[in-house]
Amino acid sequence: MNKIFEVPLYAYERSPDQDAATPVRHKVIVIGAGPVGLAAAIDLAQQDVEVLVLDDNDKVSFGSRAICFSQRTLDIADRLGCGQRLLDKGVRWDRGKVFFDDRQVYDFNLQPDEGFANPAFINLQQYYVETFLMDRLRALQAEGAPVQIRGRNKVEAVGTHEDHVRLEVETPEGPYTVEADWLIACDGANSPTRRMLGIDFDGRVFEDNFLIADVIMEADFPSERWFWFDPPFNRGQSALLHKQPDNVWRIDLQLGWDIDKEREKRPENVIPRLKEMLGEEVEFQLEWVSIYTFQCRRMESFRQGRAIFAGDSAHQVSPFGARGANSGLQDVDNLCWKLKLVLDGDAPESLLDSYDSERIQGADENIRKSSRSTDFITPKSDMSRVLRDAVLDLSEHFEFARPMVNSGRLSEPCTYDGSSLNSADALDGPAQTRPGSACPDVPLGGDFLLPKLAGQFTLLTIDADAPEILQEDGIEVRRLALSVKDDMTLALKRRYLGDAPSAVYLIRPDQHVAARRDTYEENAFRHAIRRASGKE
Amino acid sequence: MADLILTPNIDNADDFYADLLAAHDGIDKVDSDALNARLVLVLANHIGDNAVLVQAINAARLKMT
Ligand SMILES: Cc1cc2nc3c(=O)[nH]c(=O)nc-3n(C[C@H](O)[C@H](O)[C@H](O)COP(=O)(O)OP(=O)(O)OC[C@H]3O[C@@H](n4cnc5c(N)ncnc54)[C@H](O)[C@@H]3O)c2cc1C
Repeated sequence: MNKIFEVPLYAYERSPDQDAATPVRHKVIVIGAGPVGLAAAIDLAQQDVEVLVLDDNDKVSFGSRAICFSQRTLDIADRLGCGQRLLDKGVRWDRGKVFFDDRQVYDFNLQPDEGFANPAFINLQQYYVETFLMDRLRALQAEGAPVQIRGRNKVEAVGTHEDHVRLEVETPEGPYTVEADWLIACDGANSPTRRMLGIDFDGRVFEDNFLIADVIMEADFPSERWFWFDPPFNRGQSALLHKQPDNVWRIDLQLGWDIDKEREKRPENVIPRLKEMLGEEVEFQLEWVSIYTFQCRRMESFRQGRAIFAGDSAHQVSPFGARGANSGLQDVDNLCWKLKLVLDGDAPESLLDSYDSERIQGADENIRKSSRSTDFITPKSDMSRVLRDAVLDLSEHFEFARPMVNSGRLSEPCTYDGSSLNSADALDGPAQTRPGSACPDVPLGGDFLLPKLAGQFTLLTIDADAPEILQEDGIEVRRLALSVKDDMTLALKRRYLGDAPSAVYLIRPDQHVAARRDTYEENAFRHAIRRASGKE
Repeated sequence: MADLILTPNIDNADDFYADLLAAHDGIDKVDSDALNARLVLVLANHIGDNAVLVQAINAARLKMT
């Protein structure tokens, strides 16, 4: 049987653009049908923005690559109309174990708090995520949404102009030219668009190699994240074991810097390593093996005029913490509603500058956190190893040392503190819902809060009055009226009120808080809407 | 914000120093380094205050500012 990553999913077909006398102009072109490009296309198409996706390939990601998808990603996928499929197929997990040398030093639970529609994490092969996004895109197409995808359309040249971009595209039947008002480059870590526009991509390379293997086996290890520091089967290095659907297991083995990559990748060298780890008697099959060197870097600016970068093309992190695809989806979440407002003339083009500043803030946070994980996993000096081992030894005996153990700080949404779109916090409420934060979910009887906040500006009132609809300079804000009584678990009170008796929140289409105060005050909220749409 | 104490603060400093040396008695350099590292971490957790810890790190580097 063929693997799904071997089957063409969006095969090449000739398009009328290839025969047009003058280049056809599209509203938005997305380069790259990875998870980020596909999500961007869906997000725009759902908002009725005409979008064309070009990819030089015609299949999903070869091999799995990303496997851990965060709660925030699932929340975003819900808004994009495919969260349930990810959830149904994915392996839920929230527990992990840490081993040092030949013993377990402790175990952990990622989400002791309850009351969210989505789990803290699921594991799912990247090729499934892309397949489900692709299915969603096809479903939108069938409903008549203005979205197209073209396989084996390789972008060879990019020209940026004052009010559009122009692309030269190579196909199996020769080249053609096409234009767009806006370009979103989601063409991955080696982004040809970035290179063609001559933009730097600086950062730090970690001098280390990791063997990433996906193996198929019948094993009764639990669906937990197991991480080893300096285990007997990989001395002086680290290892990871994590379950995926279909009896596929992800194994990472740190190899060190001075190795022969081609040699290490050969099955006759990989299999003995895995047998040492899993035990001689365990039967397994290799699905996919690759060797990676990791880097942490980002572009100076994610936008150059009409060309906007999102996902790995804009920033790259080491995978400890699962911040790659997860943060790329947050880029899309942040960008698409802004682009929609700008395209409709309801916000100034400068609103897009906030995409740059907010997502750079996110990228810097991700780079900082994943660099620290890498420094813990691969100590850079003798003393950093002594300190690292001291933390691990202490963690076996004392709780205080456990938070210092860093085998990856798992992806959480960035809080856009200090963003120009935020209004000053005017509620004596919980820090987790201060302006800039992604709204945490809350159970509402049989239902949940986040789906009610999706895709448009919302005025969330909790035991407070406000008009049902507020119009401000082209932007319509609808009220969602709740009471602490709507949630018997009191999560609504804990997460959104704290000690305050009532609250009014202005929530952006990407479910981030723009402003909050204890009661509705018209001038303050009109002002907040203007700020949140880049008009102040 | 609390300040790092840099004036004598241990009731019997000689006792503490003797205890510290005794902990290192009869172990080799590798184990001694590991012990010191663990001790730093235990003490740091007891202090808890990041600002004081930064001052302590600077004091250990003999930085006077
Ligand atoms: C071993 C490993 C483990 C990882 N684990 C995780 C994890 O657990 N969680 C997580 O969130 N992330 C993880 N990541 C990171 C994740 O895989 C990436 O962040 C993610 O794939 C980025 O998506 P993207 O859409 O930006 O780019 P890509 O997935 O790289 O897609 C880019 C697309 O652009 C296309 N393209 C390139 N050039 C052109 C061109 N000239 N013309 C047309 N199309 C072009 C390519 O064909 C490709 O389809 C991991 C990565 C690795 C390597």
